[in-house]
Amino acid sequence: MSQDIFVVVEHLRGEVAEITYVMLGMGRTLAEGTGGKVVAVLLGQNATGLASDLSADQALYVEHPSLAEFTPDAYSAALAAVIADAKPRAVLLGSTSIGSDVASVLSARLKLPMISSCRTAGRDGTLQCQICGGKIMAEARLPDSTALVTVIPGGHPADAGRSTQPAAVTAFAPPELSQLRVSLKQYIEPEAGDVDIAKEPVLVSIGRGIQTGDNVELAEELAKALGGVVCGSRPVVDQGWLPASRLVGKSGKRVKPKLYLAVGVSGAPEHMEAVTDSQLILAINTDAAAPIFGLAKYGTTLDLFDLVPALTSAIQQAKAA
Amino acid sequence: MNIVVPIKIVPDLVEELAIDASGAALDNSWLRLIINEFDDHAMEQAILLKEQAGGQVTVIALSAEGVDDILFTAAAKGIDRLIKLETEEAAALNNHALARALAEVIADLKPDLILTGVQAHNDLDGSVGPLLAELLGMPYVGYIAGVKVSGDGALARKEYPGGLVAELLVQLPAVLGIQAAEKPPRYVAVSKVRQAMQTAKIDARPCPTLDPAGGLAPLRLYQPEPAERATMLEGDVEAVSAKIVELLKNAGVM
Repeated sequence: MSQDIFVVVEHLRGEVAEITYVMLGMGRTLAEGTGGKVVAVLLGQNATGLASDLSADQALYVEHPSLAEFTPDAYSAALAAVIADAKPRAVLLGSTSIGSDVASVLSARLKLPMISSCRTAGRDGTLQCQICGGKIMAEARLPDSTALVTVIPGGHPADAGRSTQPAAVTAFAPPELSQLRVSLKQYIEPEAGDVDIAKEPVLVSIGRGIQTGDNVELAEELAKALGGVVCGSRPVVDQGWLPASRLVGKSGKRVKPKLYLAVGVSGAPEHMEAVTDSQLILAINTDAAAPIFGLAKYGTTLDLFDLVPALTSAIQQAKAA
Repeated sequence: MNIVVPIKIVPDLVEELAIDASGAALDNSWLRLIINEFDDHAMEQAILLKEQAGGQVTVIALSAEGVDDILFTAAAKGIDRLIKLETEEAAALNNHALARALAEVIADLKPDLILTGVQAHNDLDGSVGPLLAELLGMPYVGYIAGVKVSGDGALARKEYPGGLVAELLVQLPAVLGIQAAEKPPRYVAVSKVRQAMQTAKIDARPCPTLDPAGGLAPLRLYQPEPAERATMLEGDVEAVSAKIVELLKNAGVM
């Protein structure tokens, strides 16, 4: 076994995902403790160019037509071969639509211990993981044997994983990739036509606290008074109270408004990671322990159903004056 | 179509969470337990598929406080078969142990499709879906919002950031990790749940051995203290409204 830290490079349609750089930063911290190298593991076809700005000591590249687009089946098979061959100290994967699809599969297939949702790692091998919607942290330690770790953003800056000096790329021969059970039919682009919340300067964001679809109107009124638009968190979109184009979060859009007014949003990590670039976050939530108050600059625990109508008229009056 | 939906019972995050005396697990005795919300979506997706193409849907849960009510609610929504695996060890449970126990029971059910929530908020050692898939030798795809079944394949819509969707063809039998059902989980009236309590039967059986190997056990749990907390605006509705208006003016938003 080596003391190297492997980072599985996430990319989709020719673009390396931000979480890759976060993981390379975390990997560097861990490698400083273990004394091993940081190795970026890149799977794809004609994809070596993607390694050009990765901050790693080495890049392992696995090329195969079946790896041209992500499918969990082909990725798991290729990564299982890489891990079994190199036996690194740890393998970091994104806690994402790509990484989470393969990490648990690899844990069961290779009988390797795994831990999820790691936010911060220390040189001493301690891992701080975030669970229960950000309300609980779990501390674990990297074991002596190869471990799989899925990573969430927020603990290590992505800049630490970028470099202008490309790592040396070494080819790794792919295993037999036949008998694949999952294939990509097509990509479906997000629907255009609605406002682009990523470009809006004023956002009123609603969460589960809004309770019913009819109550969305309260937020619409407030947004109208402010000259902004309404967006929301996952539960609101899943309930069909807002269209998918208004979703803020891991599977939706990243936003960077001047004002992010969070109304009844608890602040689950999947939501929070997409709003960190907002200039001013103000939160209304009756739960004083809601994680959103850890990110917001100002907050109130008043009931949104009392406050929002009053605030809407106060804004209208202030504008009229 | 024979569909199995394993569900996980998790603490309700609306309540205050407590850590037990060991310091390394949540104190479940004081927590209100609910169905993992993604499992609720998986159940809804299973019922939608059954309505379109016929078949049978089985829901499986481990015993926990309130699980009977959750299972009877499932029956009232249209779930055909309820299985409860009885154990006293739920507190020490991780997903590796849960997936192994579920795999043993589900293998005998010979499902065409297993739908389960893509994750649960208390997952600390991967998620149940992909672990289960690997143990059963089935393919897995997660982050699914929309499933259609045709022949021996499922067309699944996988979500990526920014609203991009990949349509994947998955050979059956398979496990899909559901992010969202095509429609929000249906509401069911209390009277219908009561009716289900009279007519539906819970198939209670002993839970297979729970072996947690593979999940990295935490050394400790703690409640995070954010580096900075929001400045809380005090006062009644009018006072807080006025303060917010001032803040917005100062920030150049108004």
